[in-house]
Amino acid sequence: MADSVAARLSASGTGNALELNGVSRLFGALAALSDVSMTVRPGERRAVLGSNGAGKTTLFNCITGDFLPSTGTIRLFGEDVTVFPAHERIRRGLRRTYQISLLFGGLSVLDNVYLASRGVSRGRFSLLRPRRDDALVHAAESLIEAVHLTDASHSPVSELSYGQQRQLEIALALAGAPRFILFDEPAAGLSPTERRDLIDILTNLPEHIGYIIIEHDMDVALRVAESVTMMHNGRIFKEGRPEEIEEDPEVQELYLGGGHG
Amino acid sequence: MAISDQSAPPSLAARPARSASQGVPGIYWALGVVLLFMPAFASDFVLFSIFGWAFILGMIALSLMFLAGYGGMVSLVQMTVAGVAGYMTAILGSSAIDTISVGWPWWLAVPAAIAIAVLFGTLSGALAVRTEGIYTIMITLAIATAFFYFARQNYTVFNGFSGFNQVLPPEFWGINWRNPTAFYYLSLGCAVLAYCLVLYVSRSPFGLALQGVRDNARRMSALGFNVTAHRIAAYAFASLIAAVAGVLLVWQTNSISPGAVSVGPAIDILIIAVVGGLAHPIGPFIGAIIFVLLRTFALDALVAIGLPGERFQLLIGLGFLVIVFWSPDGVLGLWKRWRSGSGRTDPLTGKAREPGDG
Repeated sequence: MADSVAARLSASGTGNALELNGVSRLFGALAALSDVSMTVRPGERRAVLGSNGAGKTTLFNCITGDFLPSTGTIRLFGEDVTVFPAHERIRRGLRRTYQISLLFGGLSVLDNVYLASRGVSRGRFSLLRPRRDDALVHAAESLIEAVHLTDASHSPVSELSYGQQRQLEIALALAGAPRFILFDEPAAGLSPTERRDLIDILTNLPEHIGYIIIEHDMDVALRVAESVTMMHNGRIFKEGRPEEIEEDPEVQELYLGGGHG
Repeated sequence: MAISDQSAPPSLAARPARSASQGVPGIYWALGVVLLFMPAFASDFVLFSIFGWAFILGMIALSLMFLAGYGGMVSLVQMTVAGVAGYMTAILGSSAIDTISVGWPWWLAVPAAIAIAVLFGTLSGALAVRTEGIYTIMITLAIATAFFYFARQNYTVFNGFSGFNQVLPPEFWGINWRNPTAFYYLSLGCAVLAYCLVLYVSRSPFGLALQGVRDNARRMSALGFNVTAHRIAAYAFASLIAAVAGVLLVWQTNSISPGAVSVGPAIDILIIAVVGGLAHPIGPFIGAIIFVLLRTFALDALVAIGLPGERFQLLIGLGFLVIVFWSPDGVLGLWKRWRSGSGRTDPLTGKAREPGDG
């Protein structure tokens, strides 16, 4: 027992942003994830690539706690969060965006971002309306400006265009003081201009904020990531620097349709 | 304008604050004046049995509107929460059943009754929030039905079938609150307070988060909110409003019996809230006044056109059918469409104009 305590202490001392250890997730007989182990340093920016059904979004869902892994452990900044509910992980600095925007359609843009800031601060149950000089309202307004939605900030989210909703999705993930963000195909369906804006936002994030980005578009992925994890059939297939992965013959075969996904 | 706010919700308090007089639309001023001076021209019957009753039912339906409209949780237990408060007022206070009633003074019995009802409502909520949609309806209906049968069969505490009578409103500040005018103002005051409270809380962090839970519970937990705790807190808040209404209800009828908490009244609350409209806290009160008027005058109306009076339930049912058929979002929806259809639309977009510039 004594050495397991020591192991735990030393593990938390390594200070990795994210550590997955033998994480599997079964849906019935289907293994959406099998034995995935991955370590991400604080501030590291990593892309996860892979064909449809490779387990990328399942990986994100396990990390955020949308559902629990069948086996394995997940550590966030050294803390074992494997069985934590999603909101506890978020309060520890984790954020994520969704592939298909999950927004609050009945509320305005400002309300959406305000809720995101409120969710990771005190006073979630406050019955008092925020004052005009409320710090969280200001924080929300500057986030909205950062994603170019200021003109729409009082519009209901249900009236936004697709691209605007994607941008709002990013703003929600940047609210509060994020330490590590999971981006699930943030560029999907964006126009070339919006894509450039997205790359700017990602590359201009403060250095201490690390992220994992799922991205089908190699150009985007390789420009915003310093390391790449290639997934295939629920397993990690290759890890390495972007250039290595790009030139890897096995990856090329997989990605360019040589072997049927 | 408060009602049309639904199409373009004003965002937070961050907007330039409007002064109180600018923020309240004209129709509310007119309504306020009429309600305030009602006792000058209305009969005791209208004050006590029409408006008094409508304010009380409106408050109970308001507690449902808060849960369903902002939280997306349709609860059939709100009438039961009010009933628990009513029963506790009778049991802890005084009634004709002096073998059971404890006889506490009203200022002790009423807060205790409200506290017990809120606890009951919160526990019911804690059970119900683990389910979604139709299962929430079923589990709250089950709780309501269980309480009805329990109250009817238990004679030691709830006095079984006959319940409690002569539960009288107290006299304080030199006012006899049984007096129709006094009771009218008491129920009006409580209803206005509850209405304003819900309206205010809907824009607070708690209320906004509740609407977030309604729109997307999964995303709310991915923003750091404990969705279950938020839903249970919403039940506690709604129960407080229903409990106050329950105390007023037992004072208004001077009695409480299992019939008041049976499935019929529980469904009536749902009908009131849906017919009025779930989009805004004024809806339940509109629904309640329609319900009370139909309940009170449907029989006379039928007799007047030569039909047998015992079919009055049919007329009530038809009335609601017509409203819901024409406007799934209740009378509020009708009002909104009528407004947008009467030249208040923007000529370019065809949308209803922003509040304040029309």
